[in-house]
Amino acid sequence: MSERILHRFPGGLHPAQHKAESNGTPIRQARLQGLLVLPLKQHIGNPAQPVVAVGERVRRHQLLGRADGFVSAPIHAPTSGTIVAIEERPVAHPSGLSAPCIVLEPDGLDEAMQAFDPWPDFRAIAPILLRERVREAGVVGLGGAVFPSAVKLAGRPGIPIHTVVLNGAECEPYITCDDRLMRERAGEVLCGGQILMHMVGASKCLVGVEDNKPEAIAALHAAASELDDPRIEIVAIPTVYPSGAEKQLIYVLTGERISREMRATERGFLGHNVATAAAVYRAVVLGEPLTRRIVTLTGSGMQHKGNWEVPLGMLACDLIAQAGGYTPDVARLILGGPMMGFALCSDEVPLTKAANCLLALAAHDVPVDPLPLPCIRCGRCAESCPVELQPQQLLWDAKAGDFERAEKQDSLFECIECGICAVVCPSHIPLVQYFRYAKTEIWQREREKNKAAQAKERFEARNARLEREKREREEMLASRRAQLAAQKAEGETASAAVDEKQKAIQAALERVKARKAALQASAEDTPSTTTVAEAKEYDND
Amino acid sequence: MLTAILVFTLLALVLGALLGYAGQAFRVEGDPLADKIDALLPQTQCGQCGYPGCRPYAEAIAEGRADINRCPPGGEATIKALADLLGVEPKPLDAEVGEEKPKRVAWIDEQLCIGCTLCIQACPVDAIVGAPKLMHTVIVEECTGCELCVAPCPVDCIHMVPLKIELDHWRWPNPEQRREIAEGASSVHVPSKPLEQHV
Repeated sequence: MSERILHRFPGGLHPAQHKAESNGTPIRQARLQGLLVLPLKQHIGNPAQPVVAVGERVRRHQLLGRADGFVSAPIHAPTSGTIVAIEERPVAHPSGLSAPCIVLEPDGLDEAMQAFDPWPDFRAIAPILLRERVREAGVVGLGGAVFPSAVKLAGRPGIPIHTVVLNGAECEPYITCDDRLMRERAGEVLCGGQILMHMVGASKCLVGVEDNKPEAIAALHAAASELDDPRIEIVAIPTVYPSGAEKQLIYVLTGERISREMRATERGFLGHNVATAAAVYRAVVLGEPLTRRIVTLTGSGMQHKGNWEVPLGMLACDLIAQAGGYTPDVARLILGGPMMGFALCSDEVPLTKAANCLLALAAHDVPVDPLPLPCIRCGRCAESCPVELQPQQLLWDAKAGDFERAEKQDSLFECIECGICAVVCPSHIPLVQYFRYAKTEIWQREREKNKAAQAKERFEARNARLEREKREREEMLASRRAQLAAQKAEGETASAAVDEKQKAIQAALERVKARKAALQASAEDTPSTTTVAEAKEYDND
Repeated sequence: MLTAILVFTLLALVLGALLGYAGQAFRVEGDPLADKIDALLPQTQCGQCGYPGCRPYAEAIAEGRADINRCPPGGEATIKALADLLGVEPKPLDAEVGEEKPKRVAWIDEQLCIGCTLCIQACPVDAIVGAPKLMHTVIVEECTGCELCVAPCPVDCIHMVPLKIELDHWRWPNPEQRREIAEGASSVHVPSKPLEQHV
C-alpha cells in the first residue's frame, strides 16, 4: 500500500448510499428486444452525420454516423439489422423533446464485422494512431459527461500530461455500474489506463475509488499485481459526495488545486472514468467500437435491481420490462443519480452513451417538493459547496435576472451542479435549479446577441449593396448621357463639316455657273459658225 | 503684478492651444453613445419603433428624441439593458408600438408563392432566396422575425410561425414560474402514461 496523503476538498455531503441494492449481482447481458433508436448526438459537440440510408442492412460494429468536426464522435451499430428510419425520436432529455436518430431493426443474427484491426501490442503503435483509434471508435466520457475522449487526449500544446487519473469514485448514491465493472473487469480498466499513459506519455496512473467499494478495490489490486506495473496506483478515498467530480478527485488524490479558469489537462492531469478506460481498451486491443454500456437499474420502484450491459439505443422501457418491470407504486423515473440526474417524462426513450443509471422511485421515496420559504441566510449552502461558491448570492442574481453579475462576479459557470446546496437548504429552495436556469438563460442571451450581430452585418451588407447598385446605375446613366452628348456634339461637328463641303460645292457650282454665263455672253457677241453650219445641215436633209 | 498677468496669459494660451489640439487629434468619429445603444438593440430592423431601422432609433435615443421603451422585439430585456446603460429607470413597453411576442420566423407557403420577389425586396437582412417567377423560401437561421415581408406579399403566402425549440437551445424553466405551476397541479414530475403501461 502506498503512503499517499489524501486531501479533503471543502464542503461535500454524506448522502444515504443505497449501493447495496444493486451491486450484489453480476452484470447481466440485456437481450435484444424491439427497435434500437440511436440518437446522432450522444456526446458533447456536433451531432454525427449519418452515413447509412434507410433500408440498408448493417452489421454489428458498422459505422452508422461519422463524427462531424473535431468535437464530435461517431456512432456504430450495436447489432446487425436493417435501418428502418432516420428521423426525430424522443430522447432522454429533461425537456422531453425529440432529436434526430437512426432507427435500427435488429435481425437477430447479430452478425459482426471487424471494425478495426486489434492491436494487442499497443506499445508498438504510435500514440497519434491510438488517439485516432479512440476517436474512430466513438469513445466518449462514460461517467456521464460524454465528452469525446480523443479531444481530451489531444491535450494542450506544450503542456505534457504527467498523470492519468482513473475515476472510479462513483460518488452518487444508487449508481453501481462502475463498481460492478471494476469488480468484474478490473484487468480491462487497468489495461485501458496503461494505453492512456502510453498515448499521452504519462508516468503515473492513479485509480481513485471510494472506500465504500472494498470488493472493487480488491479486484483492482489483484489485477494490478497481475500486470505488475509500478506506475499504476490504486487509491481508496473517503466516501464524500462529490469526490467523483474531476477537479475534486484530483485534489483528493494529489492536493493539486486546479483553479476555476483552468482545465485539468492544463495542469498535466488527464482524468477519465474507469468505464471510459475499459472502452479505450476494447477499442485498441480488441478493435471494437463503443456500442454497449453498463446501466444500473435500481430504486424502490424497480422490481429487480442490478446492472445490465445494454446495446446503445435500447429503449429504457424495454430494458426495464426485461428486468422485471416496475413495482406497482412507482412514481418517478430518473435517468442518472438522485443528485445530478433528471426525471424522464417517458420511459420510451433510448439509452445512450450517457445513461449510467435508471432510478425508479416509489411514491413514498419521491422527495416531497415543499414550497420554498425565503432564504434565511444561514450560509449552509456556502459551507457545503465543493467549489466554494456563494450559492445564496447566486440565487439573488438569478432571481433578479442579474445574469451578468452571476457570471462575472459570482462565477456561476464554476458550478458543477452537484445539487448539494439544494439538499442542505433548510428553506427548501431549489438552488441548483435556479443555477441551471440561469446558465441556459445566459447561453440564450449569448445566442441572441450573436444573432443580432449577424443580422446587423447582413443589414449593413444589404444597404451597402443597394447603395452600390444605385451608384452603379447612376454611373451607368451618367455614362450613357455623356455618350449621347458626345454623339450629339460629334453630330454637330459633322454637320459643320457638311456645311463646309456644301459651301465648297456651292462655291464650285457658282464658279461653274459664272463661267458658263461668261461663255454664253461671249458666244452671243460673235454668232457661232457652228450653229449656222448645223442649220445648213438640217436644211440639206 | 505684471508678471502674474503675463504668466497667466501665457498659461491660458498654452493650455488653450493644447486643448484645441487634443480636441482635433483625439476626435471620436460618429456618436459613441448611439453605437452602444445600437449594440443592445435586437437588429431586427423591423421599424416597429417608428424609425427606419435599429441604428436610426439608437441615434434618436442618444439625442434624447425617443424613449427607450419602443422596441417590441427586444422587449423587457432590451429596455432593462438600455436603462442600465443610460442610467434611467426601466419602464414598460410602449403599448403604442405593439407588444412583446414570442420569437417567430417567416415561413413561405411554397405552393402558393408566385415568385413576385416583393418579399425579397422587403427583407432587411436578405433572408429570403428566390428569383422572379420562381419559388421563394426563407433562410430560417437568418430570419429576424421582423414581419416586413408579410404585408407586401400579394398572395398572402407568408406566415409567421413560432421558432422550433431545438434540443441544444432548450432552456431550463425559471423555478419561480415552476412554483406557480406546482401550486396549480400538485405532481409535476410524475411520469405520465407511458410509464404506467409497463408497470
